[in-house]
Amino acid sequence: MARLQEHEGKALFKIAKMPIPQGAVAKTPAEARQIAEKIGKPVVIKVQIWAGGRGKAGGVKFADTPEEAEKIAAALLGMTIKGLLVEAVLVEEKLDIAKEYYAGIIVNAQADARCPVVMFSTEGGMDIESVPADKIAMMNVDVIRGFKIYDALNLANKVKVPSAHITQVARLILGLYETFKNYGARLIEINPMVITKDGKVLAGDCRISIDDSSAIRHPELGISVARESGTPPTELDKIAWWVEEKDLRGTCYFAEMNNQIQGECFGTIGYHGMGGGGAMLGVDGLNKQGLRVPDFADTSGNPPASKVYRAAKLVFSQPGIDGYMLGGFMAANQEQWHHAHGIVKALREELPKRPGFPVMLLLAGNKEKESLEILREGTKDLNARIRIYGGERVYDTVGLAAEMKEMVLEYKKERKG
Amino acid sequence: MAILLTKTTKVVVQGITGREGSMRAKFMRRLGTNVVAGVTPGRGGEEVDGIPVYNTVKDAVKNHGLFDVSVTFIPGTGLKDAVFEALDADIKWLVMPVERVPLYDILEMVAYGKQKGAMLLGPGSIGLNTPGIGALGWLGGSVEFANRHFVPGHVGVISRSGGQSGTLPYVIAQAGFGVSTVLHVGTEPVTGMSFSDVLPLFQDDPDTDVMAIFGEMGGSHEEEAAQLVQSGKFTKPIIIYVSGAWAPAGMKFSHASAIVERGSGSTQDKITRLREAGIIVMDNPNEIPGRLKELNQQGKLRVK
Repeated sequence: MARLQEHEGKALFKIAKMPIPQGAVAKTPAEARQIAEKIGKPVVIKVQIWAGGRGKAGGVKFADTPEEAEKIAAALLGMTIKGLLVEAVLVEEKLDIAKEYYAGIIVNAQADARCPVVMFSTEGGMDIESVPADKIAMMNVDVIRGFKIYDALNLANKVKVPSAHITQVARLILGLYETFKNYGARLIEINPMVITKDGKVLAGDCRISIDDSSAIRHPELGISVARESGTPPTELDKIAWWVEEKDLRGTCYFAEMNNQIQGECFGTIGYHGMGGGGAMLGVDGLNKQGLRVPDFADTSGNPPASKVYRAAKLVFSQPGIDGYMLGGFMAANQEQWHHAHGIVKALREELPKRPGFPVMLLLAGNKEKESLEILREGTKDLNARIRIYGGERVYDTVGLAAEMKEMVLEYKKERKG
Repeated sequence: MAILLTKTTKVVVQGITGREGSMRAKFMRRLGTNVVAGVTPGRGGEEVDGIPVYNTVKDAVKNHGLFDVSVTFIPGTGLKDAVFEALDADIKWLVMPVERVPLYDILEMVAYGKQKGAMLLGPGSIGLNTPGIGALGWLGGSVEFANRHFVPGHVGVISRSGGQSGTLPYVIAQAGFGVSTVLHVGTEPVTGMSFSDVLPLFQDDPDTDVMAIFGEMGGSHEEEAAQLVQSGKFTKPIIIYVSGAWAPAGMKFSHASAIVERGSGSTQDKITRLREAGIIVMDNPNEIPGRLKELNQQGKLRVK
């Protein structure tokens, strides 16, 4: 997963010699107790899940004694917070907070920037989106020149960080930039950066997303699915990643998603798109007809038939689908017969289990005629509602989705009756 | 388009002996592109389809003089060094059909390219195609497919999707029109050229009458294009489709530039912004033939 948990991020901070609170990860209540004993003062116990807003959701608790820490850990471990199972907690010294700051780095892809942007604010502890722009100091970094300690000092100075701890703050910002660069992060934040009552500056919490294409350089991070997502990978997502990782020819992309229809929903379509843009087109069309799409799949870049077959099987393995659509909304450069072969094999395995099942197959481009022939020949004896189209309908998202809806309604009625 | 590709534009292919490099070098040549040399370290002295191979770009320059363009077929993690090598050999125009490039590498190569005054297409761009002249990268797929479906004409095409940059010319040809130059800006999270860098080139291109664009959610290409039109720097008619109206925030769709982040880059915002600038936004890409016919009847688009 491209997003790191708090304790994983803090381990990277430690490598960069950035001050973090004393603490360790516990997977059992007994471990939590031992850590609290070692710390020897009141502790905070934080669930390790990769969702924000853990405090409000009840995932951050304080304990004065090791016994209390054990009890709290016992309650938190195994809980489900924001749909995520708590498998570990971070036990840390409780900080005596005087002030909370914010530091973060993102990548600005806009034409006039195309560079990292370092942000710093004395308004920490809350979502940076809700901090007024004039309270945030920002700097676009020229990566050829690099980011220097005095850049960090200037950022802190701009929002009037007191001299007493400005050098500590600047060192943390510099460490953050080095971590961002060394690990290929897309986004990295310290929020809050804590100023304690005795004048220390530490990274209280952290958020790090590693760029998918940089993850390959850092096997030590143990990223299981190097794909950006709003939610942790599902079992099917992990299988899809396994398919992708084992065979680098072309792309097999599959991700479950929460796709909701505004208004009445007439059915759920297992969706198998082709090419990023073309695949998106099909979802646009289906949604407009009130058909929900529980997954986003894409096989393109000239994958072998075996990979296409596996993607189709993943799409079919989703429970509760009322139809399958191969959304080849592109005049492909790749030779389409590999797709045709992979799809036929999957359909011949899946459709006998689902009499009357609606299937829409759109395939266009290179070797189209031959590919459509393979699809027709390979499915003609199957008892299902199968429609096969080529280039003449490559952009007919609306018409094809409308036909799909008709078939789905018939199929659902037939199954009820 | 003369500024991007002519019959005499001198091209070097970095990574020419690889599976992709050798296949695409042949493809470019068959379409008429002037591919002069190739580079693969350790393979100097060999030939690919009659094209001489050198160990370094510098060595290729020594034998053939300066190059106008480098097309890089290099694995993602090795691309940065290849791009720096090309820039240090004074190549000012690079086409990078390479995906899965580490983000910080992209930032460094884009920054160095800017410092050197070079244009970088991609990474993650399958390239560009000017029918009747040639191609850089592999836009057009096969010679047979490109020759049949990429018809010379006066619609300029840009796309954020590789597949759609092949599909738009196909649909435009079916509608009885042709394309001037087709260009894919690339799918990586940061690219060297955006819609707003490319549109001014089409503005100055006498072969281009109107633009057909395939946009997507995420990033800021569409907003920047709207800005360019509003500031009067692009004046030709544009028809555009923006996909991904349904896309949930924070999820990536096959390629890294299609991600809606932190309340920006949603399709609906883009459509609003484009319409404010007076750009024709289509509800469905199926509208393309009809829209082109309208523009033709209004005298804004030539057929041949």
